[in-house]
Order: sequence, then C-alpha cells, then structure tokens
Amino acid sequence: MAIRRGRGVAAINYPTGMNLGGDPTQALVHSTPTGNFMVTLSSVDLGQGMKQIMAQICAETIGVPTDRVVVDTADTDTGPHCMGTFASRGTHRAGNAVIQAAKEARQVMLEVAAEELEVNASDLETDGQGNILVKGAPQKSISIFDVALSAHFKRGRSISGRGMFLIPRSYPEKETGAMKPSTCYAHACTVAEVEVDDETGEVTVLTVKNVFEIGRALNPKMVEQQLVGGSWMGISHALYETTEPYYPNRDHGGTDFNQYLMPGPGDLAETEIIVLERPSGDGPYGAKGPGEMCANPQIPAVANAVFDAVGVRIDTLPITPERILRALKAQAN
Amino acid sequence: MAKVPVQFTLNGSEKAEFVDGGTTLLNALRDKIGDTSPKGGCHQGTCGACSVIVDGELRLSCLTLAETCNGATITTTSGLAEGGVLHPLQRAFLDTFASQCGFCTPGMIMAAKVLLDHTPNPSRDEVVEALSGNICRCTGYEPIIQAVLTAARANSQNAA
Ligand code: FES
Ligand code: FES
Repeated sequence: MAIRRGRGVAAINYPTGMNLGGDPTQALVHSTPTGNFMVTLSSVDLGQGMKQIMAQICAETIGVPTDRVVVDTADTDTGPHCMGTFASRGTHRAGNAVIQAAKEARQVMLEVAAEELEVNASDLETDGQGNILVKGAPQKSISIFDVALSAHFKRGRSISGRGMFLIPRSYPEKETGAMKPSTCYAHACTVAEVEVDDETGEVTVLTVKNVFEIGRALNPKMVEQQLVGGSWMGISHALYETTEPYYPNRDHGGTDFNQYLMPGPGDLAETEIIVLERPSGDGPYGAKGPGEMCANPQIPAVANAVFDAVGVRIDTLPITPERILRALKAQAN
Repeated sequence: MAKVPVQFTLNGSEKAEFVDGGTTLLNALRDKIGDTSPKGGCHQGTCGACSVIVDGELRLSCLTLAETCNGATITTTSGLAEGGVLHPLQRAFLDTFASQCGFCTPGMIMAAKVLLDHTPNPSRDEVVEALSGNICRCTGYEPIIQAVLTAARANSQNAA
C-alpha cells in the first residue's frame, strides 16, 4: 500500500453557442440627451462580467470611453430578444449584436455632428475620449455631449441603432449526418499531476497546468478570473460533484452545502493558466466563448493521471475513493 | 405572535426595531432595517454568505436570533467604506478580481476583517483557515486568498 503519483494530459475543443432552431441575439443602443450610451439587452449577467464586456464593445465601436456606456439587461419581457446566457455564447452573440447596433448609432451621431460642423459625415472620426474631429483638421471638433444635445433638442434625431446576430439553424446532411453546429471553437489543454492513495482511494491534485485558446481576450483580467475559477471547477467535477452518486438512485445524494462537496480554500491545487489569443473570424473584436470550456479539460486530465498513478480507468464521474478502490479490487482479481 | 423590541448599533448608528420572536439577525437586517449586504445563501449555517461581526466576533447571522443582539455593536460590509473611500479589504477584492457574481463577497470580507483585526499579518494558511467557513461558487478561492493577503500588506505598509 502506497501513495502513487501520476500525470495525465487532455485536450479539448469547445463550440461557442449551439445549434438550436437558429441562435439569435438582438441588441438596441441609444444615446441619452447628454451623450451617454445605453445598451439594452435581454442577455443576463450572472457574474461572468457580460455587462462590462458589452460596455467595452459598445464604447469601442462608437468611440467613447467605457464609462460613458450603461448596459441594461433588466427584463426579458421588454428587452430585445436573446436566446440566453449559456453555451458560452454571451460575448460572441450579444457582442456581435451590440457592434451592429452601435455602428448604426455611431452613423447617426456622425451625421448630426456633420450638420453642426458643416462638413461631410465621412470626413469625421472619433478620438475615443468623447469628441468628434474632422480628419486631418482636429482643431475642428465637437463633443459628443454637444452632438447629443443637438440631436435631441435642435435636430430631432434619435442617435440609436438596432443590432442582430443570428447563427442560422444547421440541418444535418441526410447521407452523412454532417452538420455545422457552431461557427467558432475555443481550445484548451491541461496537464494534471495527482497523488492517489491506493489504500484509501483518495486523490490529491498537486498541480494543474492549463493552456486556453480563447480568441481575443476582450478583458484580460476578467478572462483570467474566469479561467482560474473554471480550472478549479473542473477538478471539482472530476473528483467531487454529483447530486446522484448512485445514479439513477437518489440515495446518498447531497442535499445541502455540507454534503454537496467541492474543494474548499484548503484543497487548492497549484494552478497555472496560459492564455493564447488567436482572434476568431466571426467573433466581436475576435472573441470566442471561454466560459464553459475552461472547466472541461481538467476532467479527462485527472482521469488520465489517476490511470497513470494506479493503472485503473475510471469512466464514471466523479472519481471517488470508492470507485477507485472497486476498480483496484477488480483489477487484482 | 408577540413582537420583541431589539436595539443595537449597526455600523455606527443606533437601530431600534420590533421583530417577531425567533426572527434571525439576517432577516432583521435585510427585511426590517434594509441592510442587504449580508446574503442568505443557505439559512442553515453552511455557506458563510450571511456573516456579520457582532461585538468583534464573526457570526453567522442566519443562526443568530435578532433578540439576542440587544445592546450589541454590529458591523456589516455595507458599513466598511468611510466617506466614499473603500476599506482596504474592499479595495483589495477589486484589485485582485476576487469577486465574480459577488454573492459570497460580503461574507468573505467579514471573515477576512475579523482575521486581520486579530492577526494583521496572517500567513497563507491562516487566511485559508479563516475563509474555510465561507463557500464561493465562482472564483476557485485563490483570488480571494490573494485579496486578503494584499489587504494585509497594504495595512502594514500604512502602519509603518
Ligand atoms: S446563510 Fe448563513 S451560513 Fe448560509
Ligand atoms: S463570487 Fe460568486 S460565489 Fe463567490
């Protein structure tokens, strides 16, 4: 009886969004009388940071600082339609819709500015700080604040735009079953090192080293935050979490936080995160969906590491001490 | 049911309320007084989201009866910022991106504050120990541990 060490590796590719009956998200953007911009969505921020990302995308497209944008995701009854925040689709689908809406709003904004400055709208550019300038003659300029006031009170224009992003439904080919369920994929690879106690079946994850390829990281610190949390969740899926340990029998399933186990702050593996940015062709500013895929590669990597350590293949999750001991016993017989 | 009078100091101001006998401090704070910074994650003492500080000690407000807090001095996360300036722990949570959905954050900050009040320069193990009664579903804990260590460093630099 001994503590045995093992190392496992796994790689995944992960679709952004899914092939429903078409996968649409819509967005509306409008300016307030003082030149702030409002993004209206039905997509929901559940802690992943969607509001911040949509504000960045809108600000970048219109040409204003991010703090001039307010994102309202208040109400799915009244907001423009979204299929939902799931399948890592939020940034990709809603982001594309926001770009389209913001472009239309920007065009109206430039038209109003052109009337005020008595120039052609196509000769104007934004400085990203809240001003509109004549290309090549930046001393001729107007603030977006003044443009919005003019649009509202003088020229009777609505600085607003509509955005729509739709991945159409993909039907399988009758002969081959081939289909295109998604237009962009994120990738990841994990190496996990474990110790397995072959007497108790207990697994300790020593290190997890992850590489994630996620398109463009629109907010690098928030991406890192999600990847660190996701890597920990992957270990939790691999070793701890289930509501039905004897599926389909509900007996012994956790019923509260005391019984539904996840690693606590004292059970953390040494974790490394490397981000590779390869901008996606159809993502907003090159983004893909890192949300769910970041908790996936740790699971097969840990399973492979357990195999490397004690020579048994556990193909049911979570990889509990009981499953390991049963497998070791079967192997010995 | 007969109402029970309770009086305590919350974040420096006097509060007096009538509550139903058996009302938890969590419900009294959230529903009666309107301080929603303590969160109700489980209402049974297993998640730490409802943590508050009562007379200098960390307490689960979901397991504390409001009527037992008569005369007590209570601190919640909403009372930490002074004059619009964030408490060093709040600042550190922001700087280290230690909050995602934010549901655990007020409880984590309470647990961390009690730790730092007693142990201004904690080791990593002491931080882990202090946070071990608080559950987070989002961050994987590492950024929270880093936030507490960062706040401790900031405090000792200010003191020096
Ligand atoms: S709500 Fe008090 S411990 Fe969970
Ligand atoms: S940040 Fe979501 S539970 Fe901790």
